[in-house]
Amino acid sequence: MSLELEPVVTGRPLPPSPTPGPMEARLRAVRDSGRKLLIPYLTGGLGKWADIVRAVADAGADAVEIGIPFSDPVMDGPTIQVASERALAEGATPESVLSGLRGIDAGVPVLAMTYYNLAFHMGDERFAGQMAEAGFSGIILPDVPMEEQGPWQTAAEGAGIETVMLAGPITPDDRLQRLCDMSRGYVYGVNLMGVTGERQSLGEQAETLARRLKAVTDKPVAMGFGISTPEQAAEVAAVSDGVIVGTALVRRILDGGGPDEAHRFMSSLRSALDAS
Amino acid sequence: MTSQTSPSFMGEPDPSGRFGRFGGRFVPETLMPACIELESAFRDAWADAAFRSELDGLLRDYAGRPSPVTECHRLSEELGLRLLLKREDLNHTGSHKINNVLGQALLTKRMGKKRLVAETGAGQHGVATATAAALMGFECTVYMGEVDMERQKLNVFRMRLLGAEVRPASSGSRTLKDAVNEAMRDWVATVETSHYCLGSVMGPHPYPWMVRELHRVLGDEAREQSRVLLGGADPDVVVACVGGGSNAAGIFSGFADTAAELVGVEPAGGAAVGGGVPGVVHGMASFLMQDEWGQVEEAHSISAGLDYPGVGPEHAHLSDIGRAQYHPVTDDEVIDAFQVLSRTEGIIPALEPAHALAWVIREAPSLAGRTVLVNLSGRGDKDVAQMMDILEGEQ
Repeated sequence: MSLELEPVVTGRPLPPSPTPGPMEARLRAVRDSGRKLLIPYLTGGLGKWADIVRAVADAGADAVEIGIPFSDPVMDGPTIQVASERALAEGATPESVLSGLRGIDAGVPVLAMTYYNLAFHMGDERFAGQMAEAGFSGIILPDVPMEEQGPWQTAAEGAGIETVMLAGPITPDDRLQRLCDMSRGYVYGVNLMGVTGERQSLGEQAETLARRLKAVTDKPVAMGFGISTPEQAAEVAAVSDGVIVGTALVRRILDGGGPDEAHRFMSSLRSALDAS
Repeated sequence: MTSQTSPSFMGEPDPSGRFGRFGGRFVPETLMPACIELESAFRDAWADAAFRSELDGLLRDYAGRPSPVTECHRLSEELGLRLLLKREDLNHTGSHKINNVLGQALLTKRMGKKRLVAETGAGQHGVATATAAALMGFECTVYMGEVDMERQKLNVFRMRLLGAEVRPASSGSRTLKDAVNEAMRDWVATVETSHYCLGSVMGPHPYPWMVRELHRVLGDEAREQSRVLLGGADPDVVVACVGGGSNAAGIFSGFADTAAELVGVEPAGGAAVGGGVPGVVHGMASFLMQDEWGQVEEAHSISAGLDYPGVGPEHAHLSDIGRAQYHPVTDDEVIDAFQVLSRTEGIIPALEPAHALAWVIREAPSLAGRTVLVNLSGRGDKDVAQMMDILEGEQ
């Protein structure tokens, strides 16, 4: 019996990126239907967060990002810092947030947004496994750039967790292409140079980055950081596939707003996106 | 000064910025271009004789290098060993921090940036950064934990006098780790015009390597000076305090390839190497004090400069491979050492190097007859008000 070995071919084009995961497939379908993606963020473990996840999904969110609070959130501005500190003081842990999601049937994909040490400390595989078991579809780790993704992504892919990569306004073209190729679920475009938090206006950086991203990937492109109002959401969505709104929602929760308030705010964003 | 030829124990990190399993570059994508630019600028500058010569000139004519090595006759006799001090306390601005800052300031100029952002614990790095900014005509913003601003009021005033803006870090433990968080948040927003003048051998690559190289001068000097004093021999033990670990990295780099034992001394309440487990924060993988979930714990030390729950990744590696040992000392031992050196040698040390002395004093019986070099990384002027409260409160 002879072994038929495939000849080694050099210069062959790179293999196509893997089949989209379930979350990406779903968000692509939403995008392809002509609807703009609306992705709220809220801090896990803060107040009635589980009820708020249901409320924002009911008000038209297409996916929900849940922050797992970390002691040193370097990419977050004052509002989410306070939310994280308060959630931690109320006893939030990675386990309590993961298990808190188990009872929720949000009806839309849910992602975690957190910092790498929480996964690293538990062990990449165990963390990814527990996320999947709790019903999470994806994760965003803002302090893990492409170069450091290796061990995490291996664990995440093994557990079926889609890891969303972030792109920034000054990310050079070659990095932009590579991180879009690596990203799963969607690509997170960071609207501005800075930390999370509401801004009065978004500069040209957001629009420029959205256009650059759309030019190099057909994955859904969602833009976040600084979006505070329905008008800003519509403006950014006009040049991208949708928006991520975090601090503006978290501020309302910190001010005592519950599921009803979150529902109202999310509906106002949904209407603005649908009207644009 | 010429660079050393590939030292075996403290050479370059690997291309990912790792020392063994520690280090790396865990930063947001928005900071990656700046880290890559900085690495390239530093490599280029460090290989450029004109840059090295300009830096050496500043270190000599502005900072007062070389700092001497002083033999402590009275304390040596009391302890039954031969004690040498590398006198970084005699540098301009009062500590070793100026070495790193002058290097990074020149690099900032070379990169065409005009603003320095820094974190500070005890205020020594903040003062050094404010000083370099004044010298070069840069804007300067220093972040300092609210708790530290209170215990180091004099340094806050110094920084302001030098024209720097001091901003309080008022979240979390309100100490050094939170000042690092705030400095990183500032840098994310201003990276195109600002350089983050990180004060220790920590953070994302290339900082741990770059800052160690900028402090290598003190280790190289100390080795040559010791050999003159010791008839060509090296000290048996080289001791330095470790918070982030910059002064220790500087002096260890001068002796890593000799037979000297290397000892890092950590505060008992902030012993990242001694009590930490591997973790990732502030851009690096290293030993880190953290709870069962990976939340970073607050360090507690009498010394604001060592109140840091992590440690530079190269120290984690040197501990891993057994090239350096790390030991804790308590606040009480430090208070004692602070007074002992003042009374026996007429040198008031900063609380940070008083940790290194405290270990030598405690371990004197097992060090009997040996030659011990301590890096006296800073002077105690900034600490006398705090020590007055502590010592008069005892009476």
